[in-house]
Amino acid sequence: MSAVAERLYRKRRIINGFNLLVSGFCAVFGLFWLVWILWTTFVKGIAAMKLGLFTEMTPPPGADGGLANALFGSLVMSLMAIAIGTPIGVAAGTYLAEFAKKKAIGEVIRFVNDILLSAPSIVLGLFVYTLVVRQTGHFSGIAGALALALIVLPVVVRTTDEMLQLVPSQMREAALSLGVPQWKVTMQVLYRSALPGIMTGVLLALARISGETAPLLFTALNNQYWTHDLNAPMASVPVVVFQYAMSPYESWQSLAWAGAFVVTIFVLVLSVLSRAILLRNKVSND
Amino acid sequence: MAQASAIPTPMTVAVIDANRRNVRDARADGLFRWVVAGAGMFVLLALAGAALSMLWGGKEAFSTFGFNFLFSTEWDAVNHKFGALVPIYGTLVTALIAMLIAVPVSFGIALFLTEVAPNWMRGPVGAAIELLAGIPSIIYGMWGLFIFVPIMGEYINPWLNDHIGTLPLIGPLFTGPPLGIGMLTAGIVLAVMVIPFISSVMREVFLTVPTRLKESAYALGSTTWEVVWDIVLPYTRSAVIGGVFLGLGRALGETMAVTFVLGNAHRLSASLLEPGNSIAATIANEFTEADSEIYRSSLIALGFLLFIVTFIVLSIAKLMLNRLSRQEGVK
Repeated sequence: MSAVAERLYRKRRIINGFNLLVSGFCAVFGLFWLVWILWTTFVKGIAAMKLGLFTEMTPPPGADGGLANALFGSLVMSLMAIAIGTPIGVAAGTYLAEFAKKKAIGEVIRFVNDILLSAPSIVLGLFVYTLVVRQTGHFSGIAGALALALIVLPVVVRTTDEMLQLVPSQMREAALSLGVPQWKVTMQVLYRSALPGIMTGVLLALARISGETAPLLFTALNNQYWTHDLNAPMASVPVVVFQYAMSPYESWQSLAWAGAFVVTIFVLVLSVLSRAILLRNKVSND
Repeated sequence: MAQASAIPTPMTVAVIDANRRNVRDARADGLFRWVVAGAGMFVLLALAGAALSMLWGGKEAFSTFGFNFLFSTEWDAVNHKFGALVPIYGTLVTALIAMLIAVPVSFGIALFLTEVAPNWMRGPVGAAIELLAGIPSIIYGMWGLFIFVPIMGEYINPWLNDHIGTLPLIGPLFTGPPLGIGMLTAGIVLAVMVIPFISSVMREVFLTVPTRLKESAYALGSTTWEVVWDIVLPYTRSAVIGGVFLGLGRALGETMAVTFVLGNAHRLSASLLEPGNSIAATIANEFTEADSEIYRSSLIALGFLLFIVTFIVLSIAKLMLNRLSRQEGVK
């Protein structure tokens, strides 16, 4: 009897030890690929870094050049996307948290927003293509910015909704009991208290769109030259990286790595920054 | 005295003022409510608009080819004959390979980070994995093309050919030219990309399991593995499935990571080592080169199919994830 129990106990111990060991290997395995990818990007990117990257235009095949017009295009379109997506997103998030908290319509919007949040970005590109590019008849920076704004929107809606729900209801009640109208309560009390959280959402959205390629491929297209004209096709770093990486030219490929490196650093810095904002705010609230 | 009451006293001025302000505030409140409600409706409109615009853009392809569009393998830009079977097949197969690799590994990572790792390690490693989930997919694609494809072509594909390709039944899946690019490579790159997503969702839901449940099991003499398998997993089952579907939605719709390594070949082949195509990769590669109306319409129709599939997958994910939070709310 005790021999049987002993054997059973040993078997359970062995299964336990083995499975936990495998889980450790899984962690190492997962991190191994990710570290490898980052390492490659850093090594190849730093090797391709040069000052001309920020001053020279994207070159024709075989020639030497930089990414100045693509960096500018990415910056302009990303900022425009943030400028369009943030106000609508904050307003929609306010509606969800303050007016439709327990209503069916609120649940529906939340559901749809979460789907939009993880919808394939290429689909959003196609949407803007049929809506804008097809109607106007040409690719444009505005179309690119709109496609990116559709990616910003759900991120901001979600964080605003969550952050406003975290604001203690005593704050609302205190302000309302003083006779402050609701829009002023929202603007001057709730937004102020939820600001760090909303900022985090905006930064995360910026991080997300700065590496997006698929929605720009057939909205903003690409442009070999510098342009401020939002009505014309516009270059962006991810699209240039895509085009150059697929090319057989050595100099283009090295530029692609440089672009990939810049985007990666930008995204990592933004993610760390947004985390820091959220963390600091959490500490000061307690 | 009668005259005095006709002249507004400071008191009545204040009352009239307050009334006027009340009216103004009420109007502003109403306006504010309409504006934010409008923004909320805009979210609904955006998704509905995306679906309808693609249906509209793809209607020429749907009406020309009918149901054959779904089952035809033809993709002939010259003769204007298009069928979606090859990209659909490629999308499903690469996503399936990705999930077969990513789900067990992500479970292992989540288990390691919630139960096994020493406390000082949990925070930093968890944060690192979440940071990596934010890296743009084009980086994964480039790494796949320049680093991983040569390794696949030189070492892994020949090995698979020699050792697994000779087996009965699954053999044909693993025989093919040592090109490096192909569906298996795309599946592996996708897996690497979705591992951070799935494992961070799993880690989060594992952390919601009440400590007293786990400690009761430990007190009865359970091993760590038994606690995870018999307590944590059943408790979080629906949310874990939700996390897996969230990852699947990502894998199905991913464009850049796949486009680089799939090979853009419109050919249906049994082997995973042959180049193929996926819906997203086809659109990304060919959209700007589409020279006829029916060509472009077929590509938009492909986008519509992708949208429908991911919509269903993500809806399941969302419903499953909601179930856990509702269950928690009841307690």
